[in-house]
Amino acid sequence: MANRIKVILAGASALVALVAAGPSEAETTLSFLIDNSPDTVAAAEALVAAYEKIAPDVTIEIEQRPGGGEGDNIVKTRLATSEMSDVFLYNSGSLMQALKPGQTLADLSDLSSQAKVDESFKAVVRADGKLYGVPFGTAMAGGILYNRKIYQDLGLPVPKRWAEFMANNEKVKAAGKVAVAQTYRDTWTSQLFVLADYYNLHQSAPNFATDYTANKAKYATTPAAMKGFERLKEVHDAGLVNEDFGAASYDDGLRMVATGEAAHYPMLTFAVGALKQNYPENLEGVGFFAQPGDDPAKNGLTVWMPPALYVPLASQNADEARKFVDFAGSVEGCEIMVETNTAQGPSLVDGCALPADVPPAVKDMLPYFEAKATTPALEFVSPIKGPALEQITVEVGSGIRQPAEAAALYDDDVRKQAKQLGLPNW
Amino acid sequence: MTETRLRSRKSPYPLWFFLPAAAVYGVLFVVPTVSSLWFSLTRWDLSSAEFIGLENFRQFFSEPFLVKGLVNTLIYALTTSGLKTICGLLLAVLLTGNIFARGFLRTLVFFPVLVSTIGIGITFTVMMHPTKGIINAMLETLAIPGPGWLTNPALALFSVALVDLWKGVGLATLIFIAGLAAISPDYYEAARIDGATRFQQFWRITLPLVRPATITVITLSLIGGLRSFDLIWAMTRGGPGFSSDVIASVIYKQYQAGFYGLSTAGNVILFALIAIIILPLTVWLNRREVEQ
Repeated sequence: MANRIKVILAGASALVALVAAGPSEAETTLSFLIDNSPDTVAAAEALVAAYEKIAPDVTIEIEQRPGGGEGDNIVKTRLATSEMSDVFLYNSGSLMQALKPGQTLADLSDLSSQAKVDESFKAVVRADGKLYGVPFGTAMAGGILYNRKIYQDLGLPVPKRWAEFMANNEKVKAAGKVAVAQTYRDTWTSQLFVLADYYNLHQSAPNFATDYTANKAKYATTPAAMKGFERLKEVHDAGLVNEDFGAASYDDGLRMVATGEAAHYPMLTFAVGALKQNYPENLEGVGFFAQPGDDPAKNGLTVWMPPALYVPLASQNADEARKFVDFAGSVEGCEIMVETNTAQGPSLVDGCALPADVPPAVKDMLPYFEAKATTPALEFVSPIKGPALEQITVEVGSGIRQPAEAAALYDDDVRKQAKQLGLPNW
Repeated sequence: MTETRLRSRKSPYPLWFFLPAAAVYGVLFVVPTVSSLWFSLTRWDLSSAEFIGLENFRQFFSEPFLVKGLVNTLIYALTTSGLKTICGLLLAVLLTGNIFARGFLRTLVFFPVLVSTIGIGITFTVMMHPTKGIINAMLETLAIPGPGWLTNPALALFSVALVDLWKGVGLATLIFIAGLAAISPDYYEAARIDGATRFQQFWRITLPLVRPATITVITLSLIGGLRSFDLIWAMTRGGPGFSSDVIASVIYKQYQAGFYGLSTAGNVILFALIAIIILPLTVWLNRREVEQ
């Protein structure tokens, strides 16, 4: 009997020794969860290959997950059940705040790479004064992609006022082309006229984001905030959109603006990546401008921040994971990502230059940044974004619902989100 | 006396024979049901759940589109169930008759049941495209302007219901064929001797005697219609706007948005709705059957 106990004890201690020795010496395997878009996969693979060269004792296994709401659920579920990979990619801004970073994520404030990360990015991965992420990729913007050939052929100027934009549209329509591509099969694409109008809203109502979060300002009662919905309706009512707008998809929209079927497509500049993949020969023909507002002197750009890399608190290999993330956030890591993918906007790491041959749509963004005429999109300065906005903008853009009613409906939708987040004053 | 003795007689199997089945049933059904009742009363973000009473239910019923989703669910369930019953019965009568290529036609009618719903949804979405779809292209050759089947808010729900009919009518037909086969040919022979017309035979003999099959078809298709989700999601995602939203798609959208407690409350409501409609209906239908 005593012998048997000894054997068991010996076995157990051998096992303990084995487990303890495993991760501390030599080989470490890190898991790395990313979304499955081809751009992301390419960038992540390049990053991992470069890192494994400088840290030969580390192996990094990439896992893929779907994007969109389904991906959000996977990330939240895995974090909540402590099943998260050692490093993962996720949105910055309000979606990051919804992960409860203080309880689930490791503090990355003291990484050496943070010194060169732009303050505008740090603001969207900060909670309670701590930084939880490093940027993955470049900034992007929301605005209007346009076909440069149509603009040349018709002699159109790049509009800085909404009225000029509408005048351009009429000329395009008269020339027998689609003026504005709309693609409501992929409902999220319908939001751009509203979301990209945030720079204009911010110019007329600088405190909107704060008041809106504190339940003091509403879309329905702020005339400048209503403009986005009104503009969407105006474009529909003037008959400027493609005939099959209700059934067309995101890729149809890209094809239309790239091949010159349509003159304009309101979109985020991350579309440059998809354009490069699907219509490489047309990439040079696509330009970009910010959504025009009422005052040409105050024309500027609404900017989206890239997603970030995070390390969960529950990671078993936190030290190694931090080293990898530090590399990804460094100038070297940034350059690898920019070279792998077409940059979608300016880099957020000081010293990480864009390649000289960026496509025109990206070049067109840079003057706004140089002139400091940019503002982060509302979802980066307020934690609330109602989930039904895309359905509501489809209704306005299809002429089913009036802008005023739509704005009021969206305010209701936002209330639900604020209550779920447990914000004060709601 | 004898009855009591019969009832108290021990079953030949010991009670613990039921335990494996009870455990499986408990883990897969009872525990999730009870815990979803609990979670529907909380603000739940997967890591923590805060008890908020009936707030989720209040929120769900004040949702501007819940009422619309509720009405749409009922319209959809009644339309698909009604059409499947009528078309299924007519097809079954046709396919039990002495017609050419009967076996082949039966296969043809049943075939859509076997195809994946999502596949059918995607296929019909392409076919119903307003400008490039084959349906409108065919209408155009007849000089009829085709509508936006899935993009017109007044039509979208019915277009999906028609596809649902196409997909589901095969099963209804199969059940009716089984029901018809159970009717003794003697009745028809007697009716023919009495000089009954084909219509009288159908109305007076077939319809009453195929009643058990009708009840099965109505119940099954109504439950299916009330909880229908996959086809609607594949074809319209509840759109355009909210015009073809049903309760199941509203619930899914809440889940996608991360409102887990709210979406669980929606599921409890759907569960209750189906129970409220189906239980009395089956009791009523079956009682009528007994009375006859």
